[in-house]
Formats: sequence, structure tokens, C-alpha cells
Amino acid sequence: MRKLCTAAAALTALALSLAGCASTPAATGTSTAGGGTTLTVFAAASMKPTFTALGTAFESTHAGVKVTFNFAGSQTLAEQIINGAAADAFASANEANMKTVTDAGLAATGAQVYATNQLTIAVPPDNPAGITSWNDLTKKGLKLVVCAPVVPCGAATEKIEQATGTTLTPVSEEQAVTDVMAKVQAGEADAGLVYQTDVIAAGETVKGIEFAESSKAINTNVIAALKDGPQAKLGQEFVDLVLSAEGQQVLKAAGFGAAD
Amino acid sequence: MSLQFSATLARRHFDAELQVADGERVAVLGHNGSGKSTLLNILAGTLRPDSGTASLDGTRLFDLNAGHRHWLAPHARGISLMAQDPLLFPHLSVIENVAFGPRVTGASKSQAYAKAEEWLEQVGVTEFAQRRPSQLSGGQAQRVAIARALAAEPKLLLLDEPMAALDVAVAPLLRRVLGRLLQHQATVVVTHDLLDALLLSERIIVFDQGRVAESGPTDEVLRHPRTRFTARIAGLNLVRGRYADGGVRTDTGLVVQGTHRDDEVPGAGEPAAAVFAPAAVSIFAHPPEGSPRNSLPVTIIELEPRGDLVRVRGDDHHGHSLAADVTPLSVAELDLYPGREVTYSLKAAAVTIYPL
Amino acid sequence: MTMGEQARGRAPRVYSGLPRWLFVPAALGATLVVLPLFALTTRLDWTRFFELITSDSSMAALRLSLETSVASTVICIVLGVPLALVLAREQFPGQALVRTLVLLPLVLPPVVGGIALLYTFGRRGLLAPVMDLFGIQIAFSTAAVVIAQSFVALPFLVVSLEGTLRTVGRRYELVAATLGARPSTVLGRITLPLVLPGLVSAAVLSFARALGEFGATLTFAGSLQGVTRTLPLEIYLQRVTDPDAAIALSLVLIAVAVAVTLVTARISDRAIG
Repeated sequence: MRKLCTAAAALTALALSLAGCASTPAATGTSTAGGGTTLTVFAAASMKPTFTALGTAFESTHAGVKVTFNFAGSQTLAEQIINGAAADAFASANEANMKTVTDAGLAATGAQVYATNQLTIAVPPDNPAGITSWNDLTKKGLKLVVCAPVVPCGAATEKIEQATGTTLTPVSEEQAVTDVMAKVQAGEADAGLVYQTDVIAAGETVKGIEFAESSKAINTNVIAALKDGPQAKLGQEFVDLVLSAEGQQVLKAAGFGAAD
Repeated sequence: MSLQFSATLARRHFDAELQVADGERVAVLGHNGSGKSTLLNILAGTLRPDSGTASLDGTRLFDLNAGHRHWLAPHARGISLMAQDPLLFPHLSVIENVAFGPRVTGASKSQAYAKAEEWLEQVGVTEFAQRRPSQLSGGQAQRVAIARALAAEPKLLLLDEPMAALDVAVAPLLRRVLGRLLQHQATVVVTHDLLDALLLSERIIVFDQGRVAESGPTDEVLRHPRTRFTARIAGLNLVRGRYADGGVRTDTGLVVQGTHRDDEVPGAGEPAAAVFAPAAVSIFAHPPEGSPRNSLPVTIIELEPRGDLVRVRGDDHHGHSLAADVTPLSVAELDLYPGREVTYSLKAAAVTIYPL
Repeated sequence: MTMGEQARGRAPRVYSGLPRWLFVPAALGATLVVLPLFALTTRLDWTRFFELITSDSSMAALRLSLETSVASTVICIVLGVPLALVLAREQFPGQALVRTLVLLPLVLPPVVGGIALLYTFGRRGLLAPVMDLFGIQIAFSTAAVVIAQSFVALPFLVVSLEGTLRTVGRRYELVAATLGARPSTVLGRITLPLVLPGLVSAAVLSFARALGEFGATLTFAGSLQGVTRTLPLEIYLQRVTDPDAAIALSLVLIAVAVAVTLVTARISDRAIG
């Protein structure tokens, strides 16, 4: 119903602008609902399972506080924050996107690394191509699927290739790590390069094969409370929770590396 | 015999048998839904009957009787169909349309075109050879359609209401063209029009409810109709009964006096028919006295303008709907309206009586 | 002469009988479609436009898109024309069901189509045993792109051509048959010429649909420059890193679609007139 209203409002705006009454873009309102306090966290899409769990934990220790998340690509989130979206904390899947936020002077404190993740080889459960190592990925005729170099997981793949002097010949360079996983799960691909967290989240549908070379491209996830957030103080408390032993436990269980 | 045909089709209540002799032209008359179109479609091969057999010049068209499943496709039958809509192929020129039949049956291009030109000349539209069908008038298009149907040299030509879509001004000329060209062409023409039947056929078959109700030489059937439907097509009133004392007496006691030809003397008490033209009827508000006329009391059912006259239909209380043609002036003077009781009066000399 | 002169000049205005308020939602509807397209052009960095659309990856994507769309349009014609003919002219049990199923991709989300194709032509799909027998591998190949495009475009051709066939009717075909033309001759000399304008616009519709195909291709064929990464996939990928390039390529795609549509309109107009 609310979505319908929003669509109607957008059409009305269209009508008004047609009639020559230029309307200002609607500002993203602070999401306070029902008198309670709402903490808004912008987090990379890969954080959905872990942060949802941490959000519930946060609510249980902060009576009257509701935690809402905006899970999306880190770049999209950074853009929204810079354009004035009301967020109290930002968890980026990489340092580059966090940098644009800190450079804009929007972070309350310095960004802190809260988790790392690295690539692993995902294969169908029966491992039809018999992959056991990084070097196996150069096998002739192997159907290898990776991320496109322009997206972070693809950049990491490229980095390992350069560091090890190998050249992979993938059959497909996907837009997102989920697309890589989907092709491995469907059995179309013999192997895919994805993050360890993705393999754990996928459960029995794929098998993960860790390889030492993945340490050449460790991705760091960074988090910061935001200065201009409506609940900046709660934002900092959420950051603290993520960095606490409890938070680290949840992240480790999901396959993330330690924050050190 | 050129065509031997018998077929049944339960879904259309069709059960008919007919023959067409070599070069004979047969008119098929009947109400809408009487089975005329079904007959044409079965003959053309676009509709398959439940059972029956047919052959044309020794070629078996279909045989669907007891266990046989023989069915010849339309293109292999040698039967051309011309409908009231000329249906010229819009993407071909006039000459290409006419050359289509010869071309698809194996003639070379030059042969086909020569034949097409010949037929265009026969129907009198040579000057339009290069035109597109969309540039022709209705009458011109129908002439081209005739040329196209005949250029295919059909063993049997089917005409489906060929004049129905034409202006009254154009139809007579085209009817003449058809009359001339079809003189020796075996033809089945389906029509509502008495003139078509008279000018384009030697024999008439009347269809009623999917069956052949009447059949015979055109003149004979139209002059001496046996069914009311045929009489109506022929524009005549028909009363059937038994012959008695120079008149026809119906089972209900209606008597119509008339005259008969010397060679058509009905026997006393034998079945006979009396026919008369609507124009021979005079209408009186009250029965005229002491005249040697037939006086038939009727109740007016409807009034229908027909050109300069008005056709009055009256119920004679003996199961007949009798037509009378009178002038609009008479209608006004006699104050005729449906429901009014009047008397039809006609001279015995205007009534023809013949044995059935 | 006077008639000719009268025929010239402006066409007379005919009373439409529409209520005036109708123009407000009508204009709104047109704006809903046109305004976003216009917005795209306002965001474009025109100074880099040429450079953006001539980059290696852009050119490869454009070439691949055109090639695969042409190929799938040909497949649509070869398979779709007979299918439309059978649906429009024949009567057989289950016809309505067949028609509904064949037209399903029209309303199916493309991703669903992609998954369905995967389970048909994929390595573990329904046809895998047959394809293995002949050593055919479709996944991650250009052939997969063409199949995905044909899958989504075929119904457009069938539904539009079937409509044309029904409008034209069977009467000319029957006349041709009674003149002695065999079924193949009727098809070639009467039916196809009569529906040609409709066929052309149906084929163009299929081409445009194939050109825009994204979801099924992404799911089924993968994404590799020069092999499976068509223009829509390239746009989707570029959007992340170089939005300017994505916008420039979007405009190219729109331009191709507009050009194709206009050309078809001209062709079918001329065929009718």
C-alpha cells in the first residue's frame, strides 16, 4: 500500500513538473516510527546475514531502539550517504568506497577494519573437474566463472593472477559474485572464484576449496559511525558491537577473517 | 454425366444427391441456411462430409462411404469457385491474377499470359491488364474474377451469388457476359435471383433444409412451381389441392378457379396446383358481388414497398400467405394496414392450373 | 481537375468526440515514457560520447548484439512463421493450450526464462544426454545468447503474425486452391505475400526484443566480452564503474531501436499504401 502511495506521489510530482511547478527532490526523511528510536545502518549486501543477527542482538540490549538496515552495493550506499541520506553507520565491503565518505568529512571517527574476506574456489558438490588447487584453474577445457574485473571480487581475482603470474581463461565474467555462485550451483560451471562467506552461506549446494594464493588479495571490510546521522551516538554503539568479541564471533562463523 | 454427387453432413442437416450433365448449367435456389453453401463447399473441397461419393468426368472427388477415406484436395479437383466478392489477389496485377490458374497448373509464363489476355478480352477489360485490383470498380473486378475462374479451365465452375455485391446498373451487363461465356461450361450457380436462374441455367435445383426439394428444367420449375418456396422465388402465389370443376380445392375447402393448358389437363380428384401472379390480384374492402371472379377473404399480414408498387401479404385463413401488388394510391384509398380484413379478387383467366 | 485541387491542402479536422480531461492522463502517460529517456540525455557527458561508445568493450558488445539479434530474428522467422500458420489455420485438440504456452515468454520474467533454458540446454539440463551424444556444448557460448534471445523474441513474432494471418483470412487461399494451386504454391504465392508487411513488422519487433534481451542471457549464457556480453549486459556492467559509459551505450541502444522501428513503419506504410 505504502509503495503504491509512493508511486502515486512520484506520478503526481511528474504531473506537477509537467504543469511547470518545479518541485524540489524529496529529502530522505528520518525514519522514526511510532515514537521509538530508530537506528539506521547502511551495510554492504554481503553483510546481510551477519548484520541482521547483530541488529537483533543490538535491539535486545537497547530497549525501545529499532535497527533498520539498508543493504546494497557499497558504491551505491556511499553515493547515497554523500547525497544526504540519513544513516547512522556505514559498513563498506572495501576501503575505496569508505574513503569517499571519510574524505567528504562525514565519518564520526576513523574507519575501522571489522572483517576481512578472501577468495575461495567454489565447485559443484561432486567436483566434476577434480579441482584441488589454484593451479588447477588453468586446466584446459575447464569451465571457470569469475567476477568481471570492474567489480571487487573480479579485481581480487585479477590481483592474484598478477601476483602468481597465472592467466585464467574464464568462460564468463559475471557482474556479481551471486551470479558466479548461481552458475556453479547449477552445475554449468566446473569452478567459480567467490568469497569464503559465499560458500558458507550456500551450505551444501557447493563445495569450497581454499587455496594459499588467495592471501595475495585480502579484502578488508571497514565500518564507521556517521557524524550527521540522526542517532549518531547509537551508530557508534553499533560499530562497537561489531568490533566486540561477540560481533567478531558472528562474523567468523559466517566465514569472515579476523579484523586484525 | 459430368458430375455425380451425393453427400451427408449431419452437423449442417445436409443430405443431398445431384447430377450435372456435360456442359449443363444448374441453378441452386434456397433460403439462407438451406444447404446451398454447404453444397458448394463440399464440391470445392473445403468442407468434408460425413459420408458420400462424388466424381467429376470420371475423376473421383471423394468417397467416404463405408470404410473408404478417399478425399481429393481442392487444387486437384478441377473445380473453380467464384464468389460474390471477386477476391482478386491484391498483390498481383489484373493480368497476373488471370494468369494465376494456368501458371500454377504448369503453363509457361508466356502461355499463361497469352491465355490471360484472351480471357480478359472475352470479358472486355483488356485495358486494365496492368492495373492493381484496388484500382478497379466492382463490376470490372467481377469481370476479371470471371476471366480468372475460366482461365483455369475448370471441369466445373461454381458461382456463389455472382451478382449479389454489384450495383443494379452493372449486374445486367455482367449477367449477359456470363450467359455468353458459360454457354458450354458445366456450372453450378447458387443464387437468390430469379434473373440469374433464368439466364444462367437450364435446370433448377431447389434446396430446403439441406435436401433437394424440387428439381427440373428452369422454365418448367419457374412456371409450374411445386413448392411454395419455388413459387415465391418465381414471384408467384401457389395453392395446392385436388382438381374439381375447373378449380383447385384444398383440404380445408378453399377453391380457386382457373384455366389449364390443353396438354396439362388435371384429372378430376387428382392433385393439382393453382398459381397466379401478385399483379393479377385486386383488393376490395368489401366482397364484390356477382362477378365471375375468385373472391378470397384475407387478413393483411404486412405491407412491403416494391419499387413503384406495394406488396401486400394476406393470410387467407387456409394456411397460405398470398401476395398482391397494388399501387401506393390504392393502399391509401383502401386504408390498408396489417390486421385489416379485405378481399382478394382475381379473374379465373389469370390463374393457371396444372396437375402435380 | 478541381477534385485534384481539393484533394490537396491540409487534411480536414474531424471531430474526435473525446472529453477534454482525457488529454491530462494521456499527456501524463506519454511523459512517463518519454521523460526518462530525455533525462538520460541530460546526464550524458557529450564530450566523451564518441570515445565511450567506440571503446573496445563497447564496440565488441555492439557488434555481438547486432549479430546475435540478427541470428535470433532469422531463427524466429524460420520457426515462428510455420508456428503462426499452424496456430492460425489449423484446428487440433489442445490448440488453445499450445498457444498459451508458446506465448508464455511474453509475460514471463526474463530471469525465469533464463533458469528454464538452463534446465533445458544446460550441462545438467533435459537435453544434456542428447547434446552430449553429439558433443554440443551450449552454455557460455554465443549460441546460448541466440537461444535466449530467440526464446524471448519468438512469441512476439508468433502473436503478431498470427493476428495478421487471421485478419487477412483464408478466402484468398481458398480461391487460389480452386484455381489449381498446391498448398506450397498457395503459401508462397498468396499467403506470404499478403502477410508480408505484417511479417516485416513482426520480425522487427522480434529483433528489437532480442536486442534488449538481458535477464535470460545473464542467467543462461554468462558474460564474456565478444562471446556472450551483449550491449545490455555491457551497460549493466559499466553502470558500476563508469556510469557515463553506461548512459552513452544506453543511448546507442535506444538509437538503434528507434531507427529500426522507424524503418519498419515506413516499409509497412508503403506496403499498405
